[in-house]
Amino acid sequence: MKNFWKSGDPFIWVTGGALTFSLLMIGGLLFLIMAKGLGFFWSSDIAEVKLKDGSKLLGQITAREKIPQPGAPPGTPKRYRIQLQIGNRDIYGLDFRWVNEEEIAKIDYPRNAVLLERREWGNMYGFIKEIREGEVVVAQENEESWIALKDLLPRTQGIYKTIKRIGKKDIGAINYKIEGLRLDIRKLELQAGDQTSMQANIKSLEDQIEVQKKLYRNKESELASLYEKLAEDKIIVSTIDGREKEMSIGAIVRAYRPNDMSLLNKALLYISKVWEFVSGEPRESNTEGGIFPAIFGTVMMVLIMSIVVLPFGVLAALYLREYAKHGSLLRIVRICVNNLAGVPSIVFGIFGLGFFIYAIGGTIDNIFYSEALPTPTFGTGGIIWASLTLALLTVPVVIVATEEGLAAVPRAIREGSFALGATKFETIWRIVIPSAMPAILTGLILAIARATGEVAPLMITGVVKLAPELPIDGHFPFIHLERKFMHLGFHIYDVGFQSPNVEAAKPMVYATTLLLILIVVFLNLAAIIIRNRLRKRYATSAF
Amino acid sequence: MEFPLENKKLGENEGYDTIIKTDEFEEKRVGQQVDIPNPIVKIENLTLKYSGTPALIDINMEIPKNKATAFIGPSGCGKSTLIRCLNRLNELIDGVTIEGSIKISDMDIFDPKLDITELRKRVGMVFQKSNPFPKSIYDNVAYGPRIAGIKSHSVLDEIVERSLRSAALWDEVKERLNESAIGFSGGQQQRLCIARAIAVEPEALLMDEPCSALDPIATGKIEDLITELKQNYTIVIVTHNMQQASRVSDYTAFMYLGRLIEYDITEKIFLTPLKKQTEDYVSGKFG
Repeated sequence: MKNFWKSGDPFIWVTGGALTFSLLMIGGLLFLIMAKGLGFFWSSDIAEVKLKDGSKLLGQITAREKIPQPGAPPGTPKRYRIQLQIGNRDIYGLDFRWVNEEEIAKIDYPRNAVLLERREWGNMYGFIKEIREGEVVVAQENEESWIALKDLLPRTQGIYKTIKRIGKKDIGAINYKIEGLRLDIRKLELQAGDQTSMQANIKSLEDQIEVQKKLYRNKESELASLYEKLAEDKIIVSTIDGREKEMSIGAIVRAYRPNDMSLLNKALLYISKVWEFVSGEPRESNTEGGIFPAIFGTVMMVLIMSIVVLPFGVLAALYLREYAKHGSLLRIVRICVNNLAGVPSIVFGIFGLGFFIYAIGGTIDNIFYSEALPTPTFGTGGIIWASLTLALLTVPVVIVATEEGLAAVPRAIREGSFALGATKFETIWRIVIPSAMPAILTGLILAIARATGEVAPLMITGVVKLAPELPIDGHFPFIHLERKFMHLGFHIYDVGFQSPNVEAAKPMVYATTLLLILIVVFLNLAAIIIRNRLRKRYATSAF
Repeated sequence: MEFPLENKKLGENEGYDTIIKTDEFEEKRVGQQVDIPNPIVKIENLTLKYSGTPALIDINMEIPKNKATAFIGPSGCGKSTLIRCLNRLNELIDGVTIEGSIKISDMDIFDPKLDITELRKRVGMVFQKSNPFPKSIYDNVAYGPRIAGIKSHSVLDEIVERSLRSAALWDEVKERLNESAIGFSGGQQQRLCIARAIAVEPEALLMDEPCSALDPIATGKIEDLITELKQNYTIVIVTHNMQQASRVSDYTAFMYLGRLIEYDITEKIFLTPLKKQTEDYVSGKFG
């Protein structure tokens, strides 16, 4: 027995066990997120559930669970219930319904049941009754109407796209110009100077505004006619309980009959839904549609943070390791830096709010954007402030990793450089930093991983539930660092816990989480590939 | 093996100076025994202390131009410290104090006005463990010239080729100049370091036990190279290997406990040494 302990075998088992346990936990978490997140885009068949009391329900089965029976004697048969997504929120008020399996008489999958994904009110489940163009009935009866709908849908979606483009791009550009002109006028008014020339300038600017306003009115009337056109085509859908609903085809995003689709078609639909998710804009207070703005915001924020944190961290570490005099002061500074990484992130957020936004941003506003006041430009949350706050949060990680990398550069190599007549600066710049580059990038990888997952400090430094514009667009100067942005981590919190329709939003939370994990993996992978290439180039001699 | 001072305990106020004046060392007046023709380095009254502890005591010697001079002696005798004084590499260590003077080609190297990088360009060094930079072979050799400000590609190409040829490495690496030096054998790496050192065309080349990590074949190649190089460069080599010293060097200095005990033509040191310690050491009685 004593030998058994001495041999070290139990220790190997314990170490292996600890690793296995951690891996299982992580693997299980990833599996849950993947299963729930990826399943969200698969369109299951529409079930027509006949209950024993004669009523019928139509919808997709989303879950099945055991009904708890506390106090029941052992041997009692288990009871189950299923969750149906019945949709039609505008009619029923609720999207989901639990049904006890024992109440169900029969489940059918009618071939002609249709699922309409709408821009508002969520999914609609039912049967198509009629298609109209204006007052003219184009098609009646199910099959005929379905074919007519398939013809009409691309056209209405084309119109919808045009409306969106005009609204966002054209009218957006006009508004942008008008706002710019308004600020120019305000600036002139604030400037003390020659009154007559100022008045003339203001006058010309006001004329320009008038021109823009005229353009605006033109676009608006164009939009109005498009809306009219969009509303012309109508569809009448009957629900399972016999109610009829008339709506515009323009309100439909996607229409399909899952029970009548081949596996291939379902796979194509799956891909199109995933694509919408990653490239589209959110609808219905973020519970539907895509999350592209959040992906964009997250990646851009992390990139800005990396650009800031890398030079700062490396320079600080260089001073600490290469130039600072060794002593107790240096040791205290080092301990402080290490402990900085342990400060709760919300504290950094508050610091960012107080220092970056109010102090620096407020000063910038006073000096450069005084004409826009009291509306703040930089003096409010924005992607630049959020990125800087995160850079502050992650700079200790980079410093520590860089310092370790610098310390690992062999003394022999430095001496070799000195012996060839290089100064200390030349040695550091040409030999030490390149040799420490892999370690520096390791620090950056850790910083990115930490920053991508951080939410708390962002909530007070510039993340919003729904950002109307991306931080990069076609308006000069193209990159708008002062703009608020959307973020995947905050999106998860918002959709999961702040949404009016939590049940409908749940799959969205999983899908978003999966995407966030993928982005972290992707960013890390990119950094790791760069690091490995550098490592090959700068491998130090080992013989 | 006998170590004359092994059993002698150091008293509170005893330093090197007290120990050295024991009976066995009484024959004193240590140092250079021979007139050096055409000296390039002149060391006068050099004393070096690491945080107060003397490592070199009152060294006086001259080193001849375009000859190979070997420093031998047991570990810790100060020979590496002495060689590192010649390019002032010791100053990278905290707490070093140096007295006395070293002149290289009549230039006082401790002159505060002297540009230390200029000195190091004139006095190249090869280290005990080969230390190629984590760069390509080409960049390794071109490092010194680039530091010196040479930017022209054709000039650099020429320097790299000439240096690698001088280091007898060109034929082995000419096909893969852009590869990293890391895949090289120890001997090749050491020759690369020699090529790198002579790329800046130094007047003197310091070698700090350049073969201690190499096998006999690689050592033989380096020794051939040293014999070759001393036509054009002044070579100072520190070695633990007495056969090596007798093979490659023209002059040999024996050092012990921070002092220069005997310095003479190599044959004399190995065949007819004047001092008993020298004889004991070269005949393998201690060390």
